[in-house]
Amino acid sequence: MPIIVENLTHIYMEGSPFEAVALDDVSFEIQDGEFVGLIGHTGSGKSTLVQHLNGLLKPTKGRIIVDGVDITAKTKSPKWLRQHVGLVFQYPEHQLFEETVYLDIAFGPKNLNLPDDEVEKRVREAMELVGLDYEFLKDRSPFEISGGQRRRVAIAGVLAMKPKVLILDEPTAGLDPRGRDEILGQIKDLHKERGMTIILVSHSMEDIAKLVDRIIVMNKNRIALIGKPEEVFSHVDELYDMGLGIPQITHVIRGLRKRGMDLPENIYTVEQAAAAILEKIRGRRNA
Amino acid sequence: MDLMIQVNDVHFDYLSHEGQEIAALNGVTLDVKKGEFIVIIGHNGSGKSTLAKHLNALLKPSKGIVYIKGMDTRDQDKLWDIRQTAGMVFQNPDNQIVATIVEEDVAFGPENLGLPPEEIRKRVDEALKTVGMDKYAHSAPHYLSGGQKQRVAIAGIIAMKPEIIVLDEPTAMLDPSGRREVIETIKYLNKHEGITVVHITHYMEEAVDADKVIVMEQGRIVLQGTPEDVFSKVEVLKEIGLDVPQVTELAYRLRAEGLDIPLNLLKVEEMVDAICQL
Repeated sequence: MPIIVENLTHIYMEGSPFEAVALDDVSFEIQDGEFVGLIGHTGSGKSTLVQHLNGLLKPTKGRIIVDGVDITAKTKSPKWLRQHVGLVFQYPEHQLFEETVYLDIAFGPKNLNLPDDEVEKRVREAMELVGLDYEFLKDRSPFEISGGQRRRVAIAGVLAMKPKVLILDEPTAGLDPRGRDEILGQIKDLHKERGMTIILVSHSMEDIAKLVDRIIVMNKNRIALIGKPEEVFSHVDELYDMGLGIPQITHVIRGLRKRGMDLPENIYTVEQAAAAILEKIRGRRNA
Repeated sequence: MDLMIQVNDVHFDYLSHEGQEIAALNGVTLDVKKGEFIVIIGHNGSGKSTLAKHLNALLKPSKGIVYIKGMDTRDQDKLWDIRQTAGMVFQNPDNQIVATIVEEDVAFGPENLGLPPEEIRKRVDEALKTVGMDKYAHSAPHYLSGGQKQRVAIAGIIAMKPEIIVLDEPTAMLDPSGRREVIETIKYLNKHEGITVVHITHYMEEAVDADKVIVMEQGRIVLQGTPEDVFSKVEVLKEIGLDVPQVTELAYRLRAEGLDIPLNLLKVEEMVDAICQL
């Protein structure tokens, strides 16, 4: 589902002494089935931006077009939008409230007035997508399972709405490396196997580098950089000025290039780096 | 006596929701010397937070003994001395701030020690200065960033003049610049104030400058040593499901392909040098 954002401006509490510009003339497009990473310092406007994409906030100026429909027009019901664009907040497990895991995930579909068997089907599917055992967990309280499981229950609740676009605001914050890898792996599958359009908000350059097709960097309420990971990561000094960084491995490659080793610039994962260095060194030895 | 913390074969059992007995700590032994900077890593449920809570007597061992500066944590009479010696900082800054003004929050601890007002004033000012938050003394905590709030929480602990600070994932909820602020503050306290630090984290890059790294898994210490020693055990760390720094990961892959690269490299420059020497 393509998304077009045109000249989006959002001003909080406009006209009051607390007036604050959170988004300043932001424009970009996301293609159907794309995996986009959204990064930026705290306060750069990322969260304000994603809240526009499923209609939680209305723009002060500008338009947003989702699948050909202008969602900023007053006529469009937010219900339509929320069925198509799913938003997983930061620490989504704080929003769990039902008595059982099943009821919590079923909450959204039930509010769509779907028949019970369809609701059950969706809950099963959503749990499967995030790697939760339906039979084992469905009757448990969401408050007696582990933190990583709770987070996946919350994500399943969004997936049960069958959105075409999934936005996740720092889905791995506070998780340990194993929990992080599991969740990122499942998000990757949703993109690959289900063809979902995904927008991932993250602070981790390493995670972003491994997963996304394109990166949008926000700084001071505007888009500072936009492009493929290798393009964005080549703006090292600018990224540092924005309080961001580049993956450690990209530093190694830059260091080697400075010392005269002829390596491609666009390396940002360990796999790529190892392959490129091996090729150079073996080439030299064989020469 | 240079030993600040002695953990002798400590076990800790608790009952789960289902009534099963679970061993959160399973024979942990550890000594920490004065002025040391210790980093504990391990994934959720490995026992690292349980261990941390034993260091200021929030939990007491089911078996074994913990001494903090020679004081047995089971000794009820020593409880306040122990908590004053070993201060603790937790993951979520919002759960640790109790007052509506920064300086009042930092004063909370010293006030409860019953110190005279001049002394409280002095300690609050010093503590806020140490963490670089003196400009915000009169701010409301909810207007601060996560990193700033966490530094206020640390100031509240320093105002108690502890000799040990135990930090349980203080950076887990922060963005990269917040993390940097907090880590620099912790390093400063260790280097310039001589405070013994026990830092628990998931971020391997925060362990690189430690004096000693301890890896926990299933309530046990499975690896310990200098950062170079510990991170060179790439296979063990991966098996447990932990990260290694990207530099170490690169060294590991290159070695697997037969290149002669040492595994105990942690920094970008060291790696660049090593590759250039091939």
